[in-house]
Amino acid sequence: MVGYITKRALWAIPTLVFVSFISFVIIQLPPGDYITAYAAQLRHGGEYLTEAQEAAMRQQYGLNDPILVQYWRWISNILFRGDFGHSLEWNAPVSSLIWERLGLTLAISTLSMVFTWIIAIPVGVYAATRQYSLFDYLFTVFGFLGKGIPDFLLALILMWLGFTWLNMDVGGLLSPRYESAPWTFDKVLNLLSHLWIPVVVLATGGAAGLIRVMRANMLDEMGKPYVETAYAQGLSERQVVWGYPVRVALNPFISTVGWALPALFSGDVITAVVLNLPTTGPLLLQALKMQDMYLAGSFILILSVFTVVGTLVSDVLLAWSDPRIRYA
Amino acid sequence: MSVNTTPMPPERLLQLDDVHVHFSMREGLVRAVNGVSYHVDRGEVLGIVGESGSGKSVTARAIMRLLSKNAIEAGGRIRFRPEPGKEVEISSLPRDGRQVRELRGGHIGMIFQEPMTALSPVHSIGTQIMRTVMLHRRVGKEAARARAIELLERVQLPKPTEMIERYPHQLSGGMRQRAMIALALSCDPALLIADEPTTALDVTTEAQILELLKSLQAEMGMAIVFITHNFGVVADIADRVAVMYLGRIAETGSVDDIFYQPKHPYTRALLQSIPRLGQAPVRRLKTIPGMVPDPFNAPAGCAFHPRCAYAVPGRCDTLVPEVSLFPGDQSARCHLAGELPEEAL
Repeated sequence: MVGYITKRALWAIPTLVFVSFISFVIIQLPPGDYITAYAAQLRHGGEYLTEAQEAAMRQQYGLNDPILVQYWRWISNILFRGDFGHSLEWNAPVSSLIWERLGLTLAISTLSMVFTWIIAIPVGVYAATRQYSLFDYLFTVFGFLGKGIPDFLLALILMWLGFTWLNMDVGGLLSPRYESAPWTFDKVLNLLSHLWIPVVVLATGGAAGLIRVMRANMLDEMGKPYVETAYAQGLSERQVVWGYPVRVALNPFISTVGWALPALFSGDVITAVVLNLPTTGPLLLQALKMQDMYLAGSFILILSVFTVVGTLVSDVLLAWSDPRIRYA
Repeated sequence: MSVNTTPMPPERLLQLDDVHVHFSMREGLVRAVNGVSYHVDRGEVLGIVGESGSGKSVTARAIMRLLSKNAIEAGGRIRFRPEPGKEVEISSLPRDGRQVRELRGGHIGMIFQEPMTALSPVHSIGTQIMRTVMLHRRVGKEAARARAIELLERVQLPKPTEMIERYPHQLSGGMRQRAMIALALSCDPALLIADEPTTALDVTTEAQILELLKSLQAEMGMAIVFITHNFGVVADIADRVAVMYLGRIAETGSVDDIFYQPKHPYTRALLQSIPRLGQAPVRRLKTIPGMVPDPFNAPAGCAFHPRCAYAVPGRCDTLVPEVSLFPGDQSARCHLAGELPEEAL
């Protein structure tokens, strides 16, 4: 087990180096560079940079250096000083832009993922053990509806319902009067009253798909001989179902839990935009639209790192849960 | 079809009377088990022989109440005596009720055909045995662990203390089947149902597993219902034999009677289709003409008549034969039982 984890962790390192290099290359891809953009910005304000000035600045910022040197400067700034560069669009350090939204992003996404699992696993197991029953059909209909309705549409509908029937103020995560207020009990209540819409929206979309996956996995597993063996030991249906086939049917969930990490970070961009959530998703969208290179590049880097780390976490969890992987 | 209601004799462990199991399928109703009666006495080994689809496994699952959900338990009586003086009518208990669950694993152990897939892939051998022991014996983890080690030693697995930490995928087929036997015997059941336990194994391993089962049977004294399609295996292990064909028992009797004085043409045909030591040299082994009939349209009358060399038109194809009894507890379901011409086997 330890050997397996060490091996997987060591393999992650070259992957991370490669991924970070690709991210840097992507940042460099758009024509022009930081100075070009800066000059354009100045021109917008009615000032001009001469060719000589631009060249001097390029020299100063090291933009004429070979790409490997520039890459090293960029990655060592990130690694040793946590400095992701400067956002042209926001005129602020990228790191502070991202970190200030990260907390809420993680909170909303983790919450919706937990809800997704709480809904999807029991419903999937129920639908499989009571195949073709009334509730199985109901959950199937619900599943396809949930999968078919776009998240942003569901968000709009819930906002409309919340606004017209429950007389709530919707959108964002806090009512305007609490935005800059200190954290009090009332503020937390206010946060919760806003939080349910994104959580419900994200959880239903995710759960709808996972219910189908869980049901199919369970149906596969329940037909296997070891399940009959378990019944033949005198275990009750509940002990058998939750102790044996569910354990195996969860494997695909476990092997994809790591992908939740990057998904948590990018969030559901469109839903977040519709709901006006101060999460990282809309920031990424904005950065891509405005060609805000350092911001977008940092996003790509962080997403990639999360993917690599998430896959590592998945592999370790899977090895922990399935001996066939542990000892393979 | 009168259901036997006489009380079971004292030595009786398990008795099936006129058991019917049907499956409702899209293509129609399959009468997989169509009036099966057999019994097993305490400490006895009953071999059940039949081709695929003869209903031998389904009958076994009816005893364990492990039939799939589309099965219809269409009648008959299954009685079991877990201990002297106590009688349970398994067929009238709720399918997954507490009483049936107490029997499963506790008083009736079961071994399955596929050792490769019959053990849970995500639990160690020890965990699987301990779970059964703790469930039925109500003992703690330590006692269950000690019992698991003892059982693995009994089934002659090397290094039992290490073996309990192993997972099924780390063992060979023969070792898994040994572990499976340990699991089935974990609570000293009075009855062991072995559903083709050696079919998936190679011949050498098969012989070892049979030896093991015989020695365990001698040691622990449990009765065995041994299901197989292999007459050679039956000759090796069984005291009595029941031959099944299309959901019915064609013939039952002691091993010697079945092998040397078969009364049913089907039993005869089966025996003629296998090679024997000391047999007069023949160019070819005999085969049974035709195929096992489609289960959706079982033949009228005696189900075997289309393939039977002795079938009498007008009788065998219209009337379902009654059971004819012979001395020595042998019986055959054939119109011509006892009247068949002598023939070299």
